[in-house]
Amino acid sequence: MLAKNEIVSRHVLSILVDNEPGVLGRVVGLFSGRGYNIESLTVSETEHDKHVSRITIVTSGTPAIVDQIEAQLGRLVPVHRVVDLTNSGPSVERELALIKVAGKGEMRAEALRLAEAFRARVMDATIESFVFELTGKPDKLDQFIALMLPLGLVEVSRTGVAAISRGPKAM
Amino acid sequence: MTKGSKTGAEMTGAEMVIRALLDQGVDTIFGYPGGAVLPIYDALFQQNELQHILVRHEQGATHSAEGYARSTGKVGVVLVTSGPGATNAVTGMVDALMDSIPLVVITGQVPSHLIGSDAFQECDTVGITRPATKHNYLVKSVEELPRILHEAFYVARSGRPGPVLVDIPKDIQFAAGLYTGPEHVEHRTYKPRIEGDADKIRAAVELMASAKKPVFYTGGGVINSGTRASEALRELVRLTGFPITSTLMGLGAYPHSDKQWLGMLGMHGTFEANHTMHDCDVMICLGARFDDRVTGRVDAFSPNSKKIHVDIDPSSINKIVKVDIPIVGDVGNVIEAMTKLWKAEKKSADKEALAGWWKQIGTWRARKSLSYKNSKSIIKPQYAVERLYELTKGPNTYITTEVGQHQMWAAQYYGFEEPNRWMTSGGLGTMGYGLPAALGVQVAHPDALVCCIAGEASVLMNMQEMSTAVQHRLPVKIFILNNEYMGMVRQWQQLLHGARYSQSYSEALPDFVKLAEAYGGVGIRCEDPAELDGKIKEMIEVDAPVLFDCRVEKIENCFPMIPSGKAHNEMILGDAAAAADIGSVIDEEGKVLV
Ligand SMILES: Cc1cc2nc3c(=O)[nH]c(=O)nc-3n(C[C@H](O)[C@H](O)[C@H](O)COP(=O)(O)OP(=O)(O)OC[C@H]3O[C@@H](n4cnc5c(N)ncnc54)[C@H](O)[C@@H]3O)c2cc1C
Ligand SMILES: Cc1ncc(C[n+]2csc(CCOP(=O)(O)OP(=O)(O)O)c2C)c(N)n1
Ligand SMILES: [Mg+2]
Repeated sequence: MLAKNEIVSRHVLSILVDNEPGVLGRVVGLFSGRGYNIESLTVSETEHDKHVSRITIVTSGTPAIVDQIEAQLGRLVPVHRVVDLTNSGPSVERELALIKVAGKGEMRAEALRLAEAFRARVMDATIESFVFELTGKPDKLDQFIALMLPLGLVEVSRTGVAAISRGPKAM
Repeated sequence: MTKGSKTGAEMTGAEMVIRALLDQGVDTIFGYPGGAVLPIYDALFQQNELQHILVRHEQGATHSAEGYARSTGKVGVVLVTSGPGATNAVTGMVDALMDSIPLVVITGQVPSHLIGSDAFQECDTVGITRPATKHNYLVKSVEELPRILHEAFYVARSGRPGPVLVDIPKDIQFAAGLYTGPEHVEHRTYKPRIEGDADKIRAAVELMASAKKPVFYTGGGVINSGTRASEALRELVRLTGFPITSTLMGLGAYPHSDKQWLGMLGMHGTFEANHTMHDCDVMICLGARFDDRVTGRVDAFSPNSKKIHVDIDPSSINKIVKVDIPIVGDVGNVIEAMTKLWKAEKKSADKEALAGWWKQIGTWRARKSLSYKNSKSIIKPQYAVERLYELTKGPNTYITTEVGQHQMWAAQYYGFEEPNRWMTSGGLGTMGYGLPAALGVQVAHPDALVCCIAGEASVLMNMQEMSTAVQHRLPVKIFILNNEYMGMVRQWQQLLHGARYSQSYSEALPDFVKLAEAYGGVGIRCEDPAELDGKIKEMIEVDAPVLFDCRVEKIENCFPMIPSGKAHNEMILGDAAAAADIGSVIDEEGKVLV
């Protein structure tokens, strides 16, 4: 029997697909239809001439489930390649967040100080608000957002994770 | 239109559809017209190479196409209109998806500029059918239409076969464009692996040669792979001397009359097949997918065996059961490679161990798990299938089924010697499959005897297709095991729900003899075991569609049975069940399973 007492862990999958109508629907439908998790999802065309898009999905599951997710994705007709970046050597992961904080006085100054400490950039400012841009690993973003919460956090927009393997080789 | 490649010729989208089908070697399509496919029906009208079978419900078209496909190894083709035409075809597509049947389904769509406006008979066909198909396409321009059509056939038949849908807006059917033929069409990304990994094949052969208690567990993949795979399988099984069992979907790949054959395995499989699977030390799974009807309780499934699994679809491997030697590839190919290696290295089985294993299997066989108590006054359903088998068997006989107890009795008591002679809905278990499937088989094999073993409830689900049978002179024989119950449901209610037969009685049944006559077919009724043979012969002789109302024992149960949630070696047998309190054989945990 599979998956009974195996450990659930987080995996980052990179999926190269033909950029054709409905392809994202197929990928997302596969996850919802089969009861898999999506923690984050990003998608954009990466090779315009070849109509190839890259989808990055962060999911979690036991090793058996993650293998099954890979195999199921590989079965979709417009999918070129699926790589489990978590299982195939070192990789780089980045996410971008836009974070709106509103407040006055000391709270506002503290928000700005923390932003500097995290190397967040100020993208917009009014006398009672900031929009910060922060790029980094998802947990760094989480940490920063948690700090902003008592300082007047209003709204967050996150891109989801983009990831790529380290070293000279393509996926 | 004439034969030969028309690449470069100008024609309308509708004409391209017909041209592409002909270029793909299609001789028959199953369909039903409507507003959004009128141009295609017009193009169909103006030619006489492609035969169209007019069904009476689009679900019928899909199942007929499945019967056609499964009995020939070719792609089945369906043509239906937008909206309700497409939604009616959904069940058949899911059925084909679950059972790996290659279909190309062409649907009409409202004109491109109206898509998204809730136009008359518009529905999001590609959205609805995305999880119902292997792949689907919404055609955006007449330029891409020929490529998509040819690609659809390629995808439907390659790798693990399945249904592919092409949705064609009406304006594109009218538009003129340049046709391209099927030459060189393949998909740029979809390229399934056919050859198995040589090292793994070697490891598998080594393991087989070292086995003391081996078994072949084969499935529908062997049928999918083509008749060559069945031939290769026969050779390998004989060469090794190992016992062999098969799933419901794989029946006929190995001859039922052979002494190495154990019968079907699984929930309603034989005692010997299931015990052999449970106790084996090496399992060679060829084109089967460890379905829950087969494994029973997964953590108790064949606990002490090393497992080899050959499958063309990587997602089938390690999905349910973890295997030791996974081999991705076409099963026919891999079997041939195994045989070659076995011979080249002069491998042989462990003769002594194998003899002991066969002796053990002999004791399980002696349990005679398919025996039943016959009756002189009432037709037992098992007896009816046995007699049908004796009187109709032969290489030119094809059997389809509906879904229920009768389906299992057909699998247990009808013997298959060749592949592609057995058409049944296994994965989805679709009541209403059998009658239209029989029509598709008969269209493909006009001179064959095509018989549908049906239940009185299932057969009503697509009964309207009797009209299709009469119109197209398809003399299918619908052999109804009429127990006046949704027998399979009633059996589960007896086992699980205190024999409270909630809504499972087939109330207000039609008079099947009169019904047959009303359609212009022939009706036969039989209630007496003594008359059964004579009436079956009469049925065979009739050159018209027949509804055979075979009145059988009403509350017979289908055994052997592995109750849900139990292991292979916890089967219940007919005689034991009759003695025990049958309502208590399934425990609480098993009750939630299906
Ligand atoms: C009422 C009812 C009761 C049932 N009871 C039983 C029962 O007792 N026993 C039983 O066995 N079934 C039973 N079934 C059927 C069951 O639900 C499944 O449909 C069946 O067991 C699946 O058969 P399979 O494993 O051969 O797989 P299939 O569904 O036939 O799948 C074929 C497998 O082979 C692979 N494949 C396809 N083509 C190739 C190729 N060229 N090369 C290699 N691999 C290939 C596919 O990827 C897939 O994994 C029952 C069904 C119903 C409706
Ligand atoms: C479309 C559909 N609806 C419901 C079911 C559930 N179901 C499985 S078997 C069965 C009863 C079939 O009755 P019948 O055709 O008379 O066959 P029997 O079991 O009596 O041989 C039902 C309702 C199904 N398989 N398919
Ligand atoms: Mg019945």
